Amino acid sequence: MAEVTNSAEKTRYLSELAEVSERSAPDAVRAVRAEGLRLFGELEYPHRRMEAWRFTNVNPIVRTPFATVTNPAQHGLERPDLARFTYPDQDWIELVFVDGFLAPELSRGLEGEPGVRVLNLASWTGDDPAWVDHFGRRLNGSSSAFTALNAAFSLDGAMVHVARDAAPPRPIHLVYVTTTQGKASAVHPRNLVVLEENARATLVETYVATDPSEVRWTNAVTEAVLGEGADLYRVKVLDDGPGSFHLATTAVSQGRSSRFRSFVFAFGGRIDRDELCVDLDGEGAECALNGLHLTDDGQLMDNAATIAHKAPRCKSWIGYKGVLDGKSNSVFMGRIDVHRGAQQTDSRQLNQTLLLSDKATVNTRPQLEIYADDVKCTHGATVGPPPEEEIFYFRTRGMSEAMGRGLLTYGFADEVVSELEIAPIRERLDRHVFEKYRPE
Amino acid sequence: MASVDNTRESGYTGSRIEQSNREVADLANREYKYGWVTEIDSDTLERGLDENVIRAISARKEEPDWLLEWRLKAFRHWRTMSEPTWANVSYPPIDYQQQRYYSAPRKKPQTLGEVDAELLETFEKLGIPLEEQKRLTGVAVDAVFDSVSVATTHQDILSKRGIIFCAFSEAVKNHPDLVREYLGSVVPYTDNFFAALNSAVFSDGSFCYIPKGVKCPMDLSTYFRINAAETGQFERTLIVAEEGASVNYLEGCTAPMRDENQLHAAIVELVAMDDASINYSTVQNWYAGDEQGRGGIYNFVTKRGICKGVNSRISWTQVETGSAITWKYPGCILQGDNSVGEFYSVALSNNRQQADTGTKMIHLGRNTRSTIISKTISAAEGNNSYRGLVQVMPKATNSRNYTQCDSLLIGDRCGAHTFPYIEVRNQSSRVEHEASTSKISEDQLFYCKQRGIGTEDAISMVVNGFCKEVFDHLPMEFAVEATKLLSVSLEGSVG
Repeated sequence: MAEVTNSAEKTRYLSELAEVSERSAPDAVRAVRAEGLRLFGELEYPHRRMEAWRFTNVNPIVRTPFATVTNPAQHGLERPDLARFTYPDQDWIELVFVDGFLAPELSRGLEGEPGVRVLNLASWTGDDPAWVDHFGRRLNGSSSAFTALNAAFSLDGAMVHVARDAAPPRPIHLVYVTTTQGKASAVHPRNLVVLEENARATLVETYVATDPSEVRWTNAVTEAVLGEGADLYRVKVLDDGPGSFHLATTAVSQGRSSRFRSFVFAFGGRIDRDELCVDLDGEGAECALNGLHLTDDGQLMDNAATIAHKAPRCKSWIGYKGVLDGKSNSVFMGRIDVHRGAQQTDSRQLNQTLLLSDKATVNTRPQLEIYADDVKCTHGATVGPPPEEEIFYFRTRGMSEAMGRGLLTYGFADEVVSELEIAPIRERLDRHVFEKYRPE
Repeated sequence: MASVDNTRESGYTGSRIEQSNREVADLANREYKYGWVTEIDSDTLERGLDENVIRAISARKEEPDWLLEWRLKAFRHWRTMSEPTWANVSYPPIDYQQQRYYSAPRKKPQTLGEVDAELLETFEKLGIPLEEQKRLTGVAVDAVFDSVSVATTHQDILSKRGIIFCAFSEAVKNHPDLVREYLGSVVPYTDNFFAALNSAVFSDGSFCYIPKGVKCPMDLSTYFRINAAETGQFERTLIVAEEGASVNYLEGCTAPMRDENQLHAAIVELVAMDDASINYSTVQNWYAGDEQGRGGIYNFVTKRGICKGVNSRISWTQVETGSAITWKYPGCILQGDNSVGEFYSVALSNNRQQADTGTKMIHLGRNTRSTIISKTISAAEGNNSYRGLVQVMPKATNSRNYTQCDSLLIGDRCGAHTFPYIEVRNQSSRVEHEASTSKISEDQLFYCKQRGIGTEDAISMVVNGFCKEVFDHLPMEFAVEATKLLSVSLEGSVG
């Protein structure tokens, strides 16, 4: 029964995919599309009998007849329209994708700078070995039918290359805007970020919508490759509104002594799932994955972070926080795999959730799989309301209970925000969080 | 002057090393103590499993029709199920038609005096004397040998207080109403694959009923022994504590050493009414297989308790040192308001042993509290997983859970895994979970060795310290046995 439904819903995409597969594209892209198409045909849509999707019902995504945006749309947007999503007063490299396709007239810094090249997938000619070697290698789509679907489209997305020893001072900002199309639309951005040996970069991803209530689906895949000693600082802000479905899979492979720091801020969509898979392939690599999500009535946030310690002396940290209000759901899976031989692994994991409503549900699964003995691994999880004693503290100082609760919630959430090293984003998010929990 | 000192010092050290080497050699040669087989005349069913086998088991036990019907329903349901594969263990497929489902000593004793001398000797060897006058400690024992209970001690003292403690098959005959009321009420036969199998073919086990307001005057204990070859053991234990009652229950088990694997799929059901309290302790010492992983018991057990009444309490304490594979999640359903569930566990896997064990705490009532302390030790090529569920339902307001899972790794080929599931559905409850994994630090060992304590002893000391929080919850005799078991099971694991 499930299979029949599955295939019925898949046929919707198959005709779109057939058209896409006819298009001319570099060999590397065609290969990824072909493999994606094959896997999409084979794989079932994720369902709740699959361990990774146990608490996330994707039926609303599977059942909605989304129309994939396969050509650049007429959007009529101008730079001032984007001011609230972008940072116009900052000198950043900014790639703006409207409904899945790059809008060069809204972007800036496309020429890159010494040591840095940025491009969009649709205009890639495929003759560049630095990208060819990595495109589609980490995520060809085998992880789920959704990543397969993304691979099968592979229409547009950002390509970033930072040369050996280069350390561009300007952050690279990828902005994904979806506009009102009159019908439920889907986009499948596909990004590739390559940092050569000792390169450093800051990458910001922003997902927003012009009309937040519109039903829409973003199914993004990002691959990142960090060479020896490379350092990537990545911030993702997901704020595309309560009508949106957002699935994102990011796969990172890290070379020797490289460093990856990630922040994921999610401000609530109907179903949001952010999956991060980090492979610590080289000795002494470090990664720190941070996250914060704030959800309201009718929203679901699913964070999945997997770190594979494949080499000795690597260090990792997973720290995710959530604040749940109304009838909202949060799902967390943090998984540390320590492979045989990955001695002197140092790994910590903490998931904290604050519940503001009796109707909110949290499902958390911090997991450890360890096959080496000289390791230090810890994980922890807490779930609860703002502590009564702390609210009492505020009340003894003449503040209302609501004020105490609001300030405590703000303090809880802001702990993640205040860690951010990029001041303009930190200030904007800090204001956002404060406004959200400020009592009337 | 200095040279004289040196000589004396090294001479002393030399003798210490020799001595500790001898001890290590002794330890390494000591094998599983309970690995022998008793030659006993027994009534064994042919291999295979179908409805006729179930009818035969039921007929041998002279069971009422309703029980046979229940078994058949369970069997029919079992045939529709498939073996679970989600556990983090691997083993060759089990051929359920190659097992024997019933084996019992032929001579059925009427009184303790009539117990077969062979059997008495067997339990004597296991350190469980069944002759009451020999008992120094006040523990009543129900001895289960293969598929039947052979003796239950101290029944007169218990019956004076209205406590029923007897073999399950006797309870079916003498207290059918009680059995019918509670059988399958906590673990229904539809619960899982092994529970369905057990419900179809269960042979014997213990039944215990503590009436209202009675505090059981002595610890109750069941001792399980698998003896026959190619036979699975499927026992069922049911403990009911009425309002205000309390009981301590101990369970022990051993099996002979054999090259083939044997299946043990048991069910334990606990029911605690208002203000009742049940402590259930297990020291599991089934044969674990040899160093190459040949033989050993597959221990696929379903244990669950329900805190039905307000202020009731169920506590599970387990020390899992045996079995080739352990698959076991003793859980508590906290239905009554203010009820308390506890789980204290030490699981050790050495050589090729695999353990996937943990607990389930289902909070249904208000102000319910649960504590989980799990200590796992992996050595050699052993693999150990903690798998636990803490579920706080919407009506379980003001509930509280604290979970701590610690893993200790000895050797670089073992594995330790943690898979907790936490689900919270109301905002006034608090759940905390923490877990750590580490190895015995060189510093700790160096400290001990510096003070003349050998490596094996030092490790044993550190391990015992690691497990102390759990051992503190075991009755005295069990704690002593558990400590000994751990040191025996760990021997030879230090390279």
